[in-house]
Amino acid sequence: MIGSLDQTVLQELWWILASTVGSLFLFLTFVQGGQTLLWQLGRNETEKSLIINSIGRKWELTFTTLVLFGGALFAAFPKFYATSFGGAYWVWMAILFTFIVQAVSFEYRKKPGNILGSLGYEVFLFINGSIGILLIGTAVGTFFTGSNFVLNEYNLVSWTTPFRGLEAAQNIFNISLGLFLVFNSRVLGALYLLNNIDFSDMEAFRQRTRDAVFSNFLAALPFLLVVVVGLLTMKGFNFDPATGQVDMVAFKYLKNLLAMPPVLVLLLAGLALVIFGVISAKFKEQDKGIWFAGLGTVLVGLSVFFTAGFNHTPFYPSRADLQSSLTIYNASSSHYTLTIMTYVAFLIPLVLAYVAYVWSLMDKKRLEAAEVTGIEADENY
Amino acid sequence: MLEHVNLSLVNWARAQFALTAMYHWLFVPLTLGLTFLCAFFETIYVKTGKEEWKALTRFWMKLFGINFAIGVATGIILEFEFGTNWANYSWMVGDIFGAPLAIEGIVAFFLEATFFAVMFFGWNRVSKDFHLFSTWMVAIGSNLSALWILVANGWMQYPTGMVFNPDTARFEMHNFFDVILSPYAISKFTHATTSGFALSSLFVIAVSSWYLARRRHVLMARRSIAVASVFGLLASLLLGLTGDEAAFMDGKHQPMKLAAMEGLWDGANNAPVVALGIVNGMKKPGDFHEPFVYSLKIPGLLSILANRQPGSFVPGINDLVFGNQERGITGAEQKIEMGRRAAKSLAAYKNAKKAGDIQKASAALDEFNKYRNYFGYGFLKAPEDAVPPVSITFYSFHMMVAVGTGMILIFLLYLFTTARGTVEQATWLYPFGVLFFFLAYMAGEAGWVVAEVGRQPWAIQGLLPVSIARTDIAPDNVKLTFFMFLATFTLLLIAEVKIMLKQIQIGPEEVK
Repeated sequence: MIGSLDQTVLQELWWILASTVGSLFLFLTFVQGGQTLLWQLGRNETEKSLIINSIGRKWELTFTTLVLFGGALFAAFPKFYATSFGGAYWVWMAILFTFIVQAVSFEYRKKPGNILGSLGYEVFLFINGSIGILLIGTAVGTFFTGSNFVLNEYNLVSWTTPFRGLEAAQNIFNISLGLFLVFNSRVLGALYLLNNIDFSDMEAFRQRTRDAVFSNFLAALPFLLVVVVGLLTMKGFNFDPATGQVDMVAFKYLKNLLAMPPVLVLLLAGLALVIFGVISAKFKEQDKGIWFAGLGTVLVGLSVFFTAGFNHTPFYPSRADLQSSLTIYNASSSHYTLTIMTYVAFLIPLVLAYVAYVWSLMDKKRLEAAEVTGIEADENY
Repeated sequence: MLEHVNLSLVNWARAQFALTAMYHWLFVPLTLGLTFLCAFFETIYVKTGKEEWKALTRFWMKLFGINFAIGVATGIILEFEFGTNWANYSWMVGDIFGAPLAIEGIVAFFLEATFFAVMFFGWNRVSKDFHLFSTWMVAIGSNLSALWILVANGWMQYPTGMVFNPDTARFEMHNFFDVILSPYAISKFTHATTSGFALSSLFVIAVSSWYLARRRHVLMARRSIAVASVFGLLASLLLGLTGDEAAFMDGKHQPMKLAAMEGLWDGANNAPVVALGIVNGMKKPGDFHEPFVYSLKIPGLLSILANRQPGSFVPGINDLVFGNQERGITGAEQKIEMGRRAAKSLAAYKNAKKAGDIQKASAALDEFNKYRNYFGYGFLKAPEDAVPPVSITFYSFHMMVAVGTGMILIFLLYLFTTARGTVEQATWLYPFGVLFFFLAYMAGEAGWVVAEVGRQPWAIQGLLPVSIARTDIAPDNVKLTFFMFLATFTLLLIAEVKIMLKQIQIGPEEVK
């Protein structure tokens, strides 16, 4: 059934699937946002424990989603996986380091006998939430601004700068996208905590969290502005579907959005939802803002990935050699592998269903201070 | 393709992979088995309703959690290291190798991640039955993760289900089921997971023995030993069986590895197994040095292990390097020659195609197809390069087998004393229990050394040597990340062990 689908259909389908996983990851970075809010919002040990335990029950989902994003790209677009990970070596290594130290931090922070002290692990969590997300944003930025690689006739990658990808951080657009994601993750983090913690008798804590939603949103705005204006005005990479020839085209990404109205709608609806989530938390004292802002983040993420990969756009362009640029059509696996992977992807709804079920089951009752400080708090972070 | 093979780069990349994989394997086996043991303990709790079993479950679960976190931390890097350090490999076989990794994410990691939260934080948030279900899901999820990555590893050891596409110069999958149901993959999976079960059982036994020796938490320790010794005995017996299967697979598909494992330089009928031996490090292919400084051999056993046929011929390293006409063995020497012809005709094919000369291209392709099976050998410089480091492989293999055999005895002794109700008095047994826990760690690592060092120089057996599989990058980058990993993982390991020891010292809560 799937096997009779055209290769281009499968390639586009897998770009949509990978984009979905990537966008879900962006939503789940509320965990990283919460990590960087720890010192700002938690004024005493109970408040800090509440924050850590609230996001700590979700950190693995975020982590796993990132790993799946990597795995899906490996299986579906191996040329991208090889080119980007092997080429932009230091960006990815730095990102991975922040996730390595994150993985132990929730579990070890409060355990007796811990040689690094609580503070050591809190620093790890902060690094992951700030530098980790900043670099991920920077890496995504290169989907639009391009990277410095050349592929030889066997498609093996050479990088043309000794900085191996770190040079992307010199670009204002890339850095702004990274900083926007950092502040957006903090908005999501604060919204998540608002909805997840039982703030009874902790009015000041609640207010602080509510204020953090808005202040981080304001901090995100200038970077969002740079990204949006940059995206709509920059020269972009374009390929000719007939010849595969890559050229620079003025206002390429603006043209993409206009050529694909549903993607434009995704972007606008996503931004509106994020704003609505923030406003509902700040001015209407609503606690459900995470769902609006979360969905909004997913939609914005999808529109970004679709703008980068569809409408004859190479999603991983090379500035060093335009013709080495990767498109979803020249970087993908064979028809057979994509077919097999599509069958496997039928399991994704099942996975989403049990994740959602367990999530609702575990979060039915808000997290109370007694739960993280009492005798039953033994397994807690 | 082979413009600049940089040996220093390849070796740093290999060292980094070895370092990260070996660190990861310090934590994974305990995760694989302890999660099942927790599931057993909790099942008994739910069936009997006795609070002591709940306390016991929670205690082991806590140790499981501490170990699990660092397992995750050391694991993420492996998935991405294929891209960062082995970019050419990732591109050339991404079609086949990427799929199991992605499937691992979809079917296994989410099971673990989702139900892990319930297992630790759900005691008062979900029903007893759902909690038990979650614990089982974590156990199954962890072991399914192992399945997919070992399918991928099994494929590297015995590549199947794919074809080389000369137009893209890469390998493409053509039969998924050949890849996942490969006997090699199944043998890898069963051998690796059962080693995890055995090691985890020894962990429970070692910690419990420590309590018994101190007369603390005696009831809990006895119960833990009872469950762990049964599980451990079954696991270690299965470990032996799957190990035998693994050696048989090596004999069939990686004869060079098997020859190195046994230090067999000249093939023979009725080939012996070396029960004890000191390898002569001077020995090189084709020379007249003695292979061993000292050896104690069991005649004929290797023929049975390798071929399951008494008296049969097992090829030695020299046969595989220089060929053995009499036995119909093509040596690495000839394979290199044919591999070079394949590489040459592939280049000719590409050039002719570019020039639009269809006839020439088709002739070159025919020539390529004649030698395509030896394509990978064309990248080796000399036939001796096809030989893995013999001493490391030999000692690792023998150490692994010795420990594996010894642990069966340990489990039997614990089970026997438990059944007779004398385990509390058998204080002489405790040091052995603790010792074998550490030995099992070494054996597990040694097993991976056999599997991975024993197949050098290949990233993919017979098809792609490590020197071609690597990323094109200045070696200093890889060197630097090597030391970053070494420092980070060592620091985290020390932190983990300290926390673990502290928790063991605190012990389980006593139910009044």
